[in-house]
Amino acid sequence: MTSIVIRGGTLVQEQQLTKADVLVVDGVVAQISAKKISVPTTATVLDATDCWVGPGLVDVHTHLREPGNEAAETVETGSRAAAMGGYTAVIAMPNTTPAIDNVAVVRQVLQLGERAGLVDVHVAGAITVGRMGVQLAPMAEMAALGVRLFTDDGTGVQDNRLMRRALEYASRLGVTLAQHCEDASLAEAGVMHEGAWSSRLGLPGQPAEAEEVMVSRDIALCRRTGAPVHFLHMSTAGSVELIRRAKAEGLPVTAEAAPHHFTLTDAALATYDTVFKVHPPLRSDADVVAVKAGLADGTIDAIATDHAPHTAETKERSMLDAAPGMLGLETALSLALTELQCTPQRLFALMSSGPARVARITDTHGLLAEGRIANITVVDPTLGWTVDPARLASKARNTPFAGRAMTGRVRHTVYAGVVTVANAQAQR
Amino acid sequence: MMRHLLSVSDLGRSGLEDLLQLTDSFMEVSTRQVPKVPALVGKTVVSLFYEDSTRTRLSFETAARRLSADVMTFGVSSSSVNKGESLRDTVETIEAMGIDALVVRHKAAGVPVQIARWSQASVVNAGDGWHEHPTQALLDCYTIRSHRGRLDGLRIAIVGDVKHSRVARSNVLAFSALGAEVTLVAPPTLLPPSLEGWPVSVEHDLDAIVSKVDVIYVLRMQLERQEQSLVPSLREYTSLYGLTDERAARLSSQTLVMHPGPMNRGVEIGGTVPDLPNAVITQQVSHGVAVRMAVLFRLLGGPK
Repeated sequence: MTSIVIRGGTLVQEQQLTKADVLVVDGVVAQISAKKISVPTTATVLDATDCWVGPGLVDVHTHLREPGNEAAETVETGSRAAAMGGYTAVIAMPNTTPAIDNVAVVRQVLQLGERAGLVDVHVAGAITVGRMGVQLAPMAEMAALGVRLFTDDGTGVQDNRLMRRALEYASRLGVTLAQHCEDASLAEAGVMHEGAWSSRLGLPGQPAEAEEVMVSRDIALCRRTGAPVHFLHMSTAGSVELIRRAKAEGLPVTAEAAPHHFTLTDAALATYDTVFKVHPPLRSDADVVAVKAGLADGTIDAIATDHAPHTAETKERSMLDAAPGMLGLETALSLALTELQCTPQRLFALMSSGPARVARITDTHGLLAEGRIANITVVDPTLGWTVDPARLASKARNTPFAGRAMTGRVRHTVYAGVVTVANAQAQR
Repeated sequence: MMRHLLSVSDLGRSGLEDLLQLTDSFMEVSTRQVPKVPALVGKTVVSLFYEDSTRTRLSFETAARRLSADVMTFGVSSSSVNKGESLRDTVETIEAMGIDALVVRHKAAGVPVQIARWSQASVVNAGDGWHEHPTQALLDCYTIRSHRGRLDGLRIAIVGDVKHSRVARSNVLAFSALGAEVTLVAPPTLLPPSLEGWPVSVEHDLDAIVSKVDVIYVLRMQLERQEQSLVPSLREYTSLYGLTDERAARLSSQTLVMHPGPMNRGVEIGGTVPDLPNAVITQQVSHGVAVRMAVLFRLLGGPK
């Protein structure tokens, strides 16, 4: 029998905040008590004084890069970065090489996740073969292995009829299709947000409408088919408003926003530093305000990192040639705390229960209660730290937040009853 | 001391005026029997052109040689860049040879700025994507100044594909810094998506202003803009925005006609317009060497 006690923290539950100890025995939450729980000397004690104790965080949008680009990240290094960020589950995106578009690759990634043993690694399967947007991937076969989210992330499904068919086909599988909304013809070769900054810097831009027309289309197709749609990394004010209306209409849509989209704007590109190149691009001040409002009023269900590791060689290129994407797992929670000024309940709703519902993993995630699998994150909301790329657990170094002073950090992470992070140090 | 020349905005009015003044003395050097001075003996200037531009490269290399610098040409097509080497690796390799200045041309905006971050050498922007071409702006200002004495109060129209033009971006900054009033004349599809913060006015009717300007600066129009549906046809573009022979006849005899080259005669500029007495297009080219001598001298000529 192994036991862990999380001592002296503030338990974050949907309806209330209470001072409580949490006892974990053999991987399960055995007891939550307002009184001090006494344990044998062999038990692991995690001090949670002045900390929030909540359900383990869930990232619905992680690029683990394996198979195919192990120089940038592996399932193991990405899992460790996730644990450091307070996560106990991640959904691995399918834009690997080969793509996760069949049961063999699904099995491979799931096995790599189990072997790493640092977080639950779920996969999102591709909607189309090779993510080429031409032919449907075998979604039912992948769903039989537990895949609950499908997306061609990295690109949107451009063909209207194919997207309609995908939604119709998926509507009876108990899965959700997720879209990277980027209309290729409007986005052209844009490498940043189209606006005053792109005009001044002489860089080709992607207009906000490149995202919004695909959001509009998929809302219409959702209405037609009744199949649920999840909108990945919403970045514009127009998108947020479209989703707000779709939800008011009662359509089965969900949405996520990435920390960089509520933290940074296109002004960051002024230095031509490719670490700020990301798709969808960093937008305007007004878009940042709208994304924050969407997170505050529940229009956006989840904060999702879009953690996108890249090697230095693929970033040290021109703005046109550099790979898009930035790291996110180890900074997301601190940015949410700093930028959103939300209650602890709202924080865990956006980073645990919300994404757990999107990912359809509410059996193991999103709720901290007696009898549940012990996936627990302990957050110190006042701990100050500075982002040092060299000290990140991720294999890659492409964080846009290097040198940034943060307030609030993950103190401990318990994954399925195993301490993966203690006192902000990786344990495994 | 100036370390790099990446953007006209690095210079400001005083920096521009200083370089224009210095250009005067290098113009004089070019007229000597042996047009060479020992100002940069022992310095090495590398031209790193990721995009072909024989004219600009030769102009820079001639400028460096007239200052007695050693010149190396890094030919990208014959190099490891095509084998997937990163920008930074290329720059660090060249720099390991011990060099003093890198003259950089690239199809992507910002590359000279990126290289300046990684490099100990001085970096000169010789044209980066749609962003800037500062030495072109300097030679254009020098050309205007040599005819009009100064730019203050001049009305300058920049006509054509501003959106994709590094020349236009640098010239807007330079002309306005020196006191000129700049008007952009182009169809909406060939203007940048936003002109917020640009010190310009916009006019869509070339005929309305052609007789009222002191300088008409015609930009190159590329055939691919038609394929991208930015204009219906080159024919329609020419009829609305070309400085045709007929329109040029309405120019005041004082109005300077300029073009950064290479020209598409019959498209953005009428077949005989470059040969008019007030067309100063070949002077622009000849001022280029002296302007680039001034820039290299300012960057490398001081005590180390």
